[in-house]
Amino acid sequence: MARPPSRRPGINRRAQYSLFASYVVAITGAVVGLLLVVIAIFDPTGFSALRIAAAEIARPASVTMKSMVSGIASVDEVLASYWRAGSQNMALRRQVEADRNRIIEAKAVAQENVRLKKLLKLVDEDSTDLLSARLIASSASSARRFARLNAGSWQGVRPGMPVRASEGLVGRIHSVTPNSSDVLLLTDASNIVPVRRASDNIPAISTGLGDGSVEIRALTAGRNPFKPGDLLVTSGIGGVYQPNIPVAVVVRAQGEIAYGVPLANPARVDAVVVERIFEQAVSRPGPAAPPVAETPPADNSAAP
Amino acid sequence: MIDPHLHHVPKLGRHPSRLRLAGVPVITVLFGSLLTALPLIAQSPILPPFGLLLLLSWRLLRPDLWRAWIGLPLGLFDDMASGQPIGSAMFLWTVALIGIDAIEHRLVWRSYRQDWLIAAIAIIVCLSGGLFFARITGGGAVPFSLIVPQMVWTILLFPFVVRQCARMDRWRVMA
Repeated sequence: MARPPSRRPGINRRAQYSLFASYVVAITGAVVGLLLVVIAIFDPTGFSALRIAAAEIARPASVTMKSMVSGIASVDEVLASYWRAGSQNMALRRQVEADRNRIIEAKAVAQENVRLKKLLKLVDEDSTDLLSARLIASSASSARRFARLNAGSWQGVRPGMPVRASEGLVGRIHSVTPNSSDVLLLTDASNIVPVRRASDNIPAISTGLGDGSVEIRALTAGRNPFKPGDLLVTSGIGGVYQPNIPVAVVVRAQGEIAYGVPLANPARVDAVVVERIFEQAVSRPGPAAPPVAETPPADNSAAP
Repeated sequence: MIDPHLHHVPKLGRHPSRLRLAGVPVITVLFGSLLTALPLIAQSPILPPFGLLLLLSWRLLRPDLWRAWIGLPLGLFDDMASGQPIGSAMFLWTVALIGIDAIEHRLVWRSYRQDWLIAAIAIIVCLSGGLFFARITGGGAVPFSLIVPQMVWTILLFPFVVRQCARMDRWRVMA
């Protein structure tokens, strides 16, 4: 094929000017785009208001499709559970009997906890849950890991609030629009969560890797204390996440770094719970209340 | 009975509406950008940027359809839908379109394969640029290898998308 008809408009002055003007507009616009990116370096959520339109257009479609596919997504689990159903049933029944005693013990411990907390006059009402909603879409084509939540500022969601599922931590709210909000997933490379090993309180920091796993760096000196199978929970340091939310399980340790997989897979969880920021939920109102509680959480991470 | 092939032939003396002529390409690109609304919670960048693919397809199929500034509004919409920082696709798409204009002046012979090559270069530039912008706007140290699979199948998907664009184009220009 020969070259397509030239876009050079010949000697027609008007057409020449129009073509020139189109390039001026394009180049100016490209520079403006670059400036917007530069602004985003300093203020990552600055122009999130611009996203409202797209978010609100796409939300009904996403909600409808989500309700259609959530049944399909678990088909493999249903089929797999028929496999060895009998022996599994027996094992589970034995497990339930063993667990019943533990539950009774745990209830007693919880009661004792309540009593002791009352003695200490700790304000720890369970007022951290704000609402539960569903994840309806995600930034599947971008290198960032955002998921869109079907609840926004009109429902009381605010940036910085932790988002969790029953299995574990999912992430935290990044930006909100009236009816939906973006959740910065645990696996985003900018999401830093202070964690500790569940068994012995070794503090560490979990950072997303962008590919569905997290990187865990211990805060202790010396060699890497983590080994595959270690369970990590939030430590509550920094005041964003409440303590003891399960975060990840270590799958590989390599040199100074351990790699983990989040316990809550956002693709599988049905509904997630948005919680209030921990520090605001527990800090006592009154003259002695620290002013820190009013400030929104630090931009990316809670400092360990 | 009318031959079914004759349903979609241009009728003498009739022209498609201006809305259809100008609107179909724009709407398809917007729709491609909105594919991120699929209820798919991705753990890594897996979805090809369909908005970009459709933009390149229309541009290479119909060089006279758009001027380079069309990358600005379409890119802005893509930024709003994709989760990239606002301005990222605005800049990258416009630069890609200006680049294609520049290449077109110099290439004498061009066929389907050259088009694919041009699109591949544009896809690599736009995805790498998008990763760079995501990194500098607080995205953390995302490794480049993370977007390589996405890049590969976006490039492999281009011939299919350009086919579908050509099919829509045939419908678009026939009244």
